[in-house]
Amino acid sequence: MTKLYKGVDSFETNERKQLPFYIALLAFGIIAPILFPNYILQIAILWVMVLFAQTWDIMGGQMGYNSLGNVTFFGIGMYVSAIVQVGMVYDVGQYTSAAGGAVGTAASLAVGQGKFTADQYYEGIIYGILAAGVVATLFAPLLGWLLFRLRLAYFAIGSLAVALTAPELIGSWQWVGGGGGIAMPVHPGSADARSEFFYMLCFASAIVTFIFIKWLYSTRFKLAINAIRDDEDKAEALGIYTLRHKNIAWAISAFFLGISGAIFGNMTGFIEPLEVAFPTITFGIFMVAMPLLGGKGTFWGPVLGAIVFHIAKELTWTYLLGWQWVALGMLIIITVVFFQQGIMGWAQEKWPSKFGVVIDETAMDARTKEEAS
Amino acid sequence: MFGNLQILYAAPMLNLQLIIDGVLIGAIFALAAYGLALVWGVMNVKNLAQGDFVILGGYIAWYAQKTWGIHPIVMMPAVMVILFIFGWLLYITIIRLVINRDLFTSLLATFGLGLVIQQALNLAFGPEVQVATSGLETRTFFAGLQIAEIKVISLVLCSVLALIIILFMKRSRMGQAIRATSQDARAARIMGIDTDKVYAFTFSLNSAICGAAGVLIAMTWNIQPFYGITYSIRSFVIVTAAGLGNLPGVIIAALGLGAAEQYGGFILGLELQVAFLLIMLLGVLGYRQIQMAKLRQVVQ
Repeated sequence: MTKLYKGVDSFETNERKQLPFYIALLAFGIIAPILFPNYILQIAILWVMVLFAQTWDIMGGQMGYNSLGNVTFFGIGMYVSAIVQVGMVYDVGQYTSAAGGAVGTAASLAVGQGKFTADQYYEGIIYGILAAGVVATLFAPLLGWLLFRLRLAYFAIGSLAVALTAPELIGSWQWVGGGGGIAMPVHPGSADARSEFFYMLCFASAIVTFIFIKWLYSTRFKLAINAIRDDEDKAEALGIYTLRHKNIAWAISAFFLGISGAIFGNMTGFIEPLEVAFPTITFGIFMVAMPLLGGKGTFWGPVLGAIVFHIAKELTWTYLLGWQWVALGMLIIITVVFFQQGIMGWAQEKWPSKFGVVIDETAMDARTKEEAS
Repeated sequence: MFGNLQILYAAPMLNLQLIIDGVLIGAIFALAAYGLALVWGVMNVKNLAQGDFVILGGYIAWYAQKTWGIHPIVMMPAVMVILFIFGWLLYITIIRLVINRDLFTSLLATFGLGLVIQQALNLAFGPEVQVATSGLETRTFFAGLQIAEIKVISLVLCSVLALIIILFMKRSRMGQAIRATSQDARAARIMGIDTDKVYAFTFSLNSAICGAAGVLIAMTWNIQPFYGITYSIRSFVIVTAAGLGNLPGVIIAALGLGAAEQYGGFILGLELQVAFLLIMLLGVLGYRQIQMAKLRQVVQ
């Protein structure tokens, strides 16, 4: 049975107690790539995962709208950045049909590669990332108009449907390469410089997201979306513009996911709709599993969940080759069925005093009586 | 796209062909959708692994044919029994624990379940598209109308199965218990119905029905480890459109969906067929919500 608390989250509002964690996270981000240069891209993906988990938690954890379709914005961002980056130098249609179009062979990739000078590349990637964020943000209210009429599980199914529709639509859009995909511009530097460059981008995007969400959760906005989570009708009756708040919350997720998609697309080097841009059964479901594992609705939960999940994933990838997907599905089932409060929720229940939380005995008694009657 | 529309206008027989194909396929959708409606209505579990049960059933029939040469239709009862036991095991291990939780829990748990099933199938049989051969022909009727015999047989089998299920639900003791539990689980418990057993039976029955649908899909269409999600979505479209506990509605919606999908696939092109299906889902969900909103206003 879950316990009832007075003054929950005091760990999360106590900056001094959290300070060691900030320092540890920052130190890890700076030192890890120097210590483990061979794993630099895996660590970069870890930061992407942290971003995924935190952006999902705005909606899922804090607002109670469990989206299975957040990966849509990731893919939109990826494609927007590809179009902008390629389109600044070449005609997109010609580029996709010449290089990395329907054929996608090594030879046709080679034609598309090396056509961007360093200046064109860096200029393109800056505008690409910005455009990705902006366009993904614009898509959020558009999809919200469709989906926010749905509640609870219907919202989850609806958002899943959107995430599954997007790759099908893009896959039949020949101008952006269709199902064959697009070869992204190639980083002009050496392989090491390329990894470091993308590591910095992933790290920076995760840190910016982290700080922004930290700030966001200290505003009235968080209280409003928490009210929507607790009881949407009452929240509306209290004068909260629920639809507007839902749209803004989704737009915030979308902005950072779009940016992340743009970076990830460039990091991968070649994008196509099903596996890279809109990977619903991988990233799409990771986004949900990570905050649940860490403890949704808390600030540190998604971060912790992402770290634990990513490490577990890399280990299963290494040691359970072939069975990693089955193991992953099992992990999701076990997390959802047996461990839904997550690591943070579990810790909070186990050591309430560490979190400065006091168990509300009178409320517990009242509930016991209520259940007994 | 408009070219295809003109073809349809110019060739009325083609319309008939699409409608017949759609109805014959839709009958199979109806089976899976009815299973979902059952589980949804009785246990309030939204099973996203529905389509993966279908594909699993198809793979068992296909494998039996490949290794022992058993005809899939002969194999169908065995598949249903295997899937029934499979469903029971799943109920004991997972589903039992999510029934009383919020809807998202069951949705995500069954999504994870679907992931495990499809990946296990992928590991066991590889990602190729498989077809179980029925050994029956496709007949050509007047004016080039083509009907595959197996599709007609599958329609007959679907009807027989549906009839058995209806009779079972109406007449048998367990069927009555299932209906009582779906109306009011608490009252059913008070009346001495072992609701836990009813839930286990309902879920197992659902997976057996899905297995039967899968055998038919494996013969009339094709199966692949990752095709499951489309069947889950079809079931959701049908059930959301028809409403729970409404068998005639489920059948009509399923046949309609089958025909609509054939039309959509023909007009928009095959590569957009899945997108068309998903947009149907969004449309149906949206329509239902608008209806609900109107209802709320009336009540207020």
